[in-house]
Amino acid sequence: MNGVHDMGGMDGFGKVEPELNEPMFHAEWEARVLAMVRAMGAAGAFNIDTSRFYREMLPPHVYLSSSYYRKWLLGLEDLLIDKGYMAASEVAAGHAVETARPLKHGKFGLDDVERIMVRGKFGRPAPAPAKFKPGDHVRAKNIHPATHTRLPRYVRGHVGVIERDHGCQVFPDSAATESGENPQWLYTVVFDGAELWGPDADPTVKISIDAFEPYLEAA
Amino acid sequence: MTGHDHDHHDHDHSELSETELRVRALETVLTEKGYVDPAALDAIIQAYETKIGPHNGAQVVAKAWSDPAFKRSLLDDATKAVSRLGHVSRVGDHLVAVENTPQRHNMVVCTLCSCYPWEMLGLPPVWYKGAPYRSRAVKDPRGVLADFGVSLPKDTEIRVWDSTAETRFLVLPMRPEGTDGWSEQQLAELVTRDSMIGTGFPKTPGAQS
Repeated sequence: MNGVHDMGGMDGFGKVEPELNEPMFHAEWEARVLAMVRAMGAAGAFNIDTSRFYREMLPPHVYLSSSYYRKWLLGLEDLLIDKGYMAASEVAAGHAVETARPLKHGKFGLDDVERIMVRGKFGRPAPAPAKFKPGDHVRAKNIHPATHTRLPRYVRGHVGVIERDHGCQVFPDSAATESGENPQWLYTVVFDGAELWGPDADPTVKISIDAFEPYLEAA
Repeated sequence: MTGHDHDHHDHDHSELSETELRVRALETVLTEKGYVDPAALDAIIQAYETKIGPHNGAQVVAKAWSDPAFKRSLLDDATKAVSRLGHVSRVGDHLVAVENTPQRHNMVVCTLCSCYPWEMLGLPPVWYKGAPYRSRAVKDPRGVLADFGVSLPKDTEIRVWDSTAETRFLVLPMRPEGTDGWSEQQLAELVTRDSMIGTGFPKTPGAQS
């Protein structure tokens, strides 16, 4: 979706302001939100792409004015309500009233903590041979999916070069809407700064994205 | 737990109070429904606070600086190379290390959300997740580096890696001068988090002492 989350190349957000000696969390609730998102995902309530999609669907003014963990909280609430794991009235009341919807992997308990500290694996067997190889020139398609995609707007329509092949991986565009993993070939594609930003761009800059095969066409 | 609940600015107070109430309500609902054990949530937080962090990445970088064979295997397949170091937190399948040289400087961003090599660097800092960095890193990386007080020679190539899939990128910075004969442990002390994102350099021996 063409949301405000797709920020690459936007102007007007000001300087980057690193915080000296930044703490891991700025408030206790941030840690609770992180833990709840990780636990509910691991219990099978959603996959990582669905959780990203729900943050992207927050209204633009909410997305832009909310802190990172506030976005995680709001996205988690919306997701769990939409998927029938809880009712909005329950959150408002602060207590469970309705019957629970069973979780795919059951209740998240202490024994499950260790496994979420290892990153998930996204590689999958290839359903078809790769269309592209390193060195190939490709154009990022001019497509505008209304749901979740990992093809940022700033590269659409532009030509780059395949640099690496990462094998076949879960396709976020499908996984986010729970339409299956639909594995696709994944490549690192490199673009010249001038190709993306025009003749005034810094000539020393190159930008790469990781692009799934359905995002690309031969150029 | 961090105990920074009172550090926020006054104008944020009403939002944070409302947020705190919502978070508590949500946790109560999830617990009462039998979805999560609150003790397991505590354990997750403790694991993030103790097991991951830039010390993991620093150890990998220091080893690459000291051991040419390890460096080659790291650049060839970082997942495999790091997995062999049993004591470094496990990284999953999709880690890529990219090497800074006098000719080329690498910098990592996630314009779409905040993808970051958690296992190597810990949870990302606020600036990495914020709009200024995510918007400008791909268009004006030299300007962003200037915000960090970092400047590069005019003809150095800058390569920006936008983390748009599950690949996670770790920058291998250049080994500082004047560190001949240093142990891996000494070298690891010089490796900063930002130097592994590409928004900073390692500390220099002089600044260290």
